[in-house]
Amino acid sequence: MLRFVVRRLVLLIPILLGLSLLIFVWVRALPGTPADALLGERATPQAVAEFRVRYGLDRPIYVQYWAYLKTTLSGELGTSVASHRPVTTEIRDRFPATVELAFAAMIFALAFGLPLGFVAAKRYRSAVDHGSLFLSLIGISIPVFFLAIMLKYLFGVRLAWLPTVGRQDVLVDAEHPTGFYVLDGIVTRNWNAAWDATQHLILPAIALGSIPLAIISRVTRASVLDVQNEDYVRTAHAKGVPPQQVDRRHVFRNALLPVTTIIGLSFGILLSGAVLTETVFAIPGLGSWLKEAIFNHDYPVLQSGIMFLALVFVIVNLIVDVTYGFIDPRVRVS
Amino acid sequence: MRKGTKIGLVLMALSLTAATAAFPASSRTQAKNTFIVGAEGDPILLDGSHVADGTSLRVITQIFEGLVRNKPGALAIKPALATRWKASKNGLAWTFTLRQGVKFTDGTPFNSAAVCANFTRWWYRRADLQGDDISYYWNTVFGGYARPAPGSNGPDKALYRGCKTAGPNAVRILLTRRSSSFLGALALANFAIASPTALKKYKADEGTVGADGGFRPTGTFATQNPIGTGPYKLQSWRIGDKLVLVRNEGYWGPKAKTKTVIVRPISDTNARVQALQTGEVDFANNLTPQDAAVVKANSSLKVQYRPAFNVGYVGINQKLGPLSKPKVRQAIAYGLDRKSVVGAFYGGQGQLADQFLPELVEGFAKKGVPQYTYNPGKAKQLLQEAGEKLPVELEFWYPTDRPRGYMPDPPRNFQAFAASLEKSGFKITPRPGQWRGGYVSGLQSGKAALYLFGWTGDFGDPANFLNVHFGVQTDLFGFNDPKLFNLLTRADQETDNAKRVKLYQQASIYVMQTLPMVPYVHTTVAVGLRKNVKGYVMSPVELEKFDSVVVG
Repeated sequence: MLRFVVRRLVLLIPILLGLSLLIFVWVRALPGTPADALLGERATPQAVAEFRVRYGLDRPIYVQYWAYLKTTLSGELGTSVASHRPVTTEIRDRFPATVELAFAAMIFALAFGLPLGFVAAKRYRSAVDHGSLFLSLIGISIPVFFLAIMLKYLFGVRLAWLPTVGRQDVLVDAEHPTGFYVLDGIVTRNWNAAWDATQHLILPAIALGSIPLAIISRVTRASVLDVQNEDYVRTAHAKGVPPQQVDRRHVFRNALLPVTTIIGLSFGILLSGAVLTETVFAIPGLGSWLKEAIFNHDYPVLQSGIMFLALVFVIVNLIVDVTYGFIDPRVRVS
Repeated sequence: MRKGTKIGLVLMALSLTAATAAFPASSRTQAKNTFIVGAEGDPILLDGSHVADGTSLRVITQIFEGLVRNKPGALAIKPALATRWKASKNGLAWTFTLRQGVKFTDGTPFNSAAVCANFTRWWYRRADLQGDDISYYWNTVFGGYARPAPGSNGPDKALYRGCKTAGPNAVRILLTRRSSSFLGALALANFAIASPTALKKYKADEGTVGADGGFRPTGTFATQNPIGTGPYKLQSWRIGDKLVLVRNEGYWGPKAKTKTVIVRPISDTNARVQALQTGEVDFANNLTPQDAAVVKANSSLKVQYRPAFNVGYVGINQKLGPLSKPKVRQAIAYGLDRKSVVGAFYGGQGQLADQFLPELVEGFAKKGVPQYTYNPGKAKQLLQEAGEKLPVELEFWYPTDRPRGYMPDPPRNFQAFAASLEKSGFKITPRPGQWRGGYVSGLQSGKAALYLFGWTGDFGDPANFLNVHFGVQTDLFGFNDPKLFNLLTRADQETDNAKRVKLYQQASIYVMQTLPMVPYVHTTVAVGLRKNVKGYVMSPVELEKFDSVVVG
């Protein structure tokens, strides 16, 4: 097991190196330059030249890449051109918001996706099954930002049930020792703040979780259908085990295995979806930060921010793979 | 299991509904005495001498005050920390009499020593803080440093010469040459007076400048302890979340009417408007015309407009083609259907411009401005009088991206203008370019004959519009007109404001006679407010003071 983990970790190095090169080139291939973006009407040729010298953009691109690599490896991620704050500080402050949101979206997706898929499989080809297919198709095909705006309009503006922006009502006084607002409320025993933060999570979590929900429900359905026809299920039924017990013990558990992998992959969807969801709901996470950075041609933020997200994605998948190994010993052997 | 699943589903659906329905309407029933501002983002730093962005400056304006201020809703200069001021005969020394009995919010007194300490701080600025992205306004207004970094101007080129105390309640600001435009700039939050004790105690100028140019203070002055004399003081600031200001109970003037102001960053325009609709904010800055329509349609909301403080124009480079001929330029002015463009593409937020200065800027000429109403026949006639063979071929540059306030949809402006020019004896070659991909530097290096461009003012003085563009020869316009250059220099130097305004009016008219460009629009900025917010007075330079706001 340890060898498996170490091998995967070593493999990370070339992946990240290749990724850093890719991001570096991509960021510079964005149309326009940071000087034009920031200087506006005052972008005289002289001002642009000065700007390029100051930010080292006048040097050959391989020199820039090498400098970037060196500073990144030393843990220095640079300073945001737009906010003038160190990138490391921004990541530290913003990461909890994104994780909290992704977590909430995943809970939503699992809470609804698993039962939906299960019921659809048990009622194979019934109206429920077709209905779940229809819902999944909608979940996959509706753009996240569109769903987000619709949810906000319905539940925030029209019905006035839920808040539409931010992570906490500005009139709620709360301390934030961890940066995870719901957890902060619980840790500090400020139940009002925890409840308020939870409410702020509901709509973004639904919007962001819609795609994983659709995928999870489809995979669960397919998996349950598969497992139902396995010999051990038939044997259990033949033994006279009550059907609910067969479902619980033999079908559902085994059907969950492929779903675990989907959770890891869905995390990527959640991270990319966070860019739009966080922007629409004004959540100060990594997603809205990167969107602003693209707009401002904020090279340090884009480079380090995307690298960071990529790293998180790879690590989450590693954890999922390891967990998978625990759940299903066959994977370890192979 | 099947039954169990069903029950589970129903339970989950129920709990979600219950959770949403049980939500207390706390964010919609506003706590009294609190004004919640929906801003485009977080401030960068709360120190006017280190920033140039509107989001920071709007907060700084609540905490700090300068020697002078703009009259609310206008640009006229009024007393603030100085009660009166007078220029010496030669215009090189300005004496400001200071308001007495004023205290900074850390309890230290405001006096002449404090004022000079601030000017000295700006003048002796560290070399690595002198770049435009940190010190834009000082560079623009006072133009140099005691110890210049490579690329910065030194004392020989700077306008500023020194600050001398004249007793505890008066200071003399010394200049190297006659110029009156700096007075208008002193109303900016960038030149607000901070507590010298706090500057030192909280290490305002200590910190590092990264390889990428951003200043990171190690002290807490600009993040936790900004100490000024303003009607509000900072209570707390959590980036991405909220910034809380509370009333300065020791304020020298009328106390702020609302006790607490909360600024929350919402960068997405749409999200800002929805937050206004739900009551999560009382004020949403910077609405698009579409959003303004949504806000207007809502009976509990209202729209207010910031007076125009910009200009969109069709630039003309006199170095290129036949454009040095006055009649050709007049033909262009007659050939541009400006009224239709302003009427069609500005969602009701554009005003047809008949001169370069927006109406609120002193020097705006109320009469005597030559008018160029769209007239293709007259344009053709002028071209023939100029000895040109029709059609006259011209390249017309326009940006395809990055709409500006004065130009929300550049390609459409271009198409309309090109069509009207083609009817007026011109043949237009389109030259699209990307604003962020070198469009501006292309114009600035004199490559474009005709082009769409514009300007948003830095501060409320005509010099910042007219002198900046037409005060010296530039590659952008390519003309050399000593008469105009002299007129503008004289206007800038005049210390008697009434005479100065007259000179600028003359200049504004003269520009429209000689047509280095054809202005077509001044645009207003829409902001959204809840109907129960009263006393929000719009500022052309976007720096509204919140102390007059009442949330009913």
